[in-house]
Amino acid sequence: MANDPIHQFQISKLIPIEIGGLDFSFTNSSAFMVATVVAASAFLFLTTSSRGLVPSRLQSVSEMSYEFVASMLRDAAGSQGMRFFPLVFSLFMFVLVANLIGLFPYFFTVTSHLIVTFALALLVIGTVIVYGFMKHGFGFLKLFVPHGVPGILVPLVVLIEVISFLSRPISLSVRLFANMLAGHITLKVFAGFVTSLSAFGAVGVVGSILPLFMTVAITGLEVLVAFLQAYVFAVLTCMYLNDALHPGH
Amino acid sequence: MFVTPGYAEEVAPAAGEAHSTDATTAHTETGAEHGGGGLFPPFDTSNYPSQLLWLAITFGLFYLFLKNVVLPRVGGILEVRRDRIAGDLDQAARMKSEADAAVAAYEQELAEAKARANAIGQEARDEAKAEAEAKRKEVEAGLDQKLTAAEARIATIKANAMKEVGTIAEDTAAAIVQALGAGKVDKADIAAAVKAASK
Repeated sequence: MANDPIHQFQISKLIPIEIGGLDFSFTNSSAFMVATVVAASAFLFLTTSSRGLVPSRLQSVSEMSYEFVASMLRDAAGSQGMRFFPLVFSLFMFVLVANLIGLFPYFFTVTSHLIVTFALALLVIGTVIVYGFMKHGFGFLKLFVPHGVPGILVPLVVLIEVISFLSRPISLSVRLFANMLAGHITLKVFAGFVTSLSAFGAVGVVGSILPLFMTVAITGLEVLVAFLQAYVFAVLTCMYLNDALHPGH
Repeated sequence: MFVTPGYAEEVAPAAGEAHSTDATTAHTETGAEHGGGGLFPPFDTSNYPSQLLWLAITFGLFYLFLKNVVLPRVGGILEVRRDRIAGDLDQAARMKSEADAAVAAYEQELAEAKARANAIGQEARDEAKAEAEAKRKEVEAGLDQKLTAAEARIATIKANAMKEVGTIAEDTAAAIVQALGAGKVDKADIAAAVKAASK
């Protein structure tokens, strides 16, 4: 079991809770969601508590993440998009911190569960749809009819647009989920090679150097992926929100 | 250990409808090594409600906390800094223009002072020149006077000398004539002869 690369995604109940026949137990996943939220909140709250005019290092990390997400949103959705800034910033920080916490050995990766990433993606798409209809009414449906398409092609293009719109939550969630899942499995497999090879005496120990090296290298790559996926998630969120604000393309 | 993912993918769609009881029995028959649900965990629908609930709770609280506490604070910090920087830049620009004005005033004053100094110098130079000229003229006049006096004296001396020359010549001529033995010659004749010869 120690070498099972899937075991790290196992959910175990810490405090069993059952309501109306459904299992709402507080699990290790829930615990790491709490840890993610607490770590991110505490970092952002404590580093900015001095409100330094000249920021300390950690304060500038918080400020940089703020300005990073703000400029990302402003570039993608214009200054009107800033009303969604808290949402985008929360998503970015949540995904980023969950990814990074998941990189610690023996820690659970919240974002390696499809249901979590899918829920976040649905939150984004739901916001887009609700806000789009609220702001533009049925004009929001213009999103599916791009300008300047010849009349004969309109049905085809509308079909493609609808399919692409519907596949957004899937691609958004599966991208994050699959990246985290694959990365952690790869890490575990290579780390498993190290232990199983070194069981074969001296030759095995020498042979295990390569997978050990790979493990170190992949860990570095995974840090990059953790950032990158959080960034990609946030950027795509910004672009989808832009559709809600300006559906006319 | 590589069996599990592939196996899970087969079971996962079924698990959607059949729920975990069927899945777990199917699973125990296949005999995978780990306990728990036995399904590939991300596709195990039995833990979805719990994950969704706790995600909603944690992410909801996170969102509210960020929206109401952290983001206004960070935004405020950045705002204050931007204002401060803009204010400082304004002040710097104002000070610079003040400094420029001071430099201009200083330069103007300097130019005026220079002009004044030049004027004073010129005046002094002119005065000195005029004085020197006057003195020179005075000296020259004195010299001229002395020169004419000297010339006059020279002329009188010369006239005297010329007069002397006449008498010497007469005396010499009388002596020569006497020596030649021509006897006594009239003094007036000699004087007339000398006068005629010196003309």
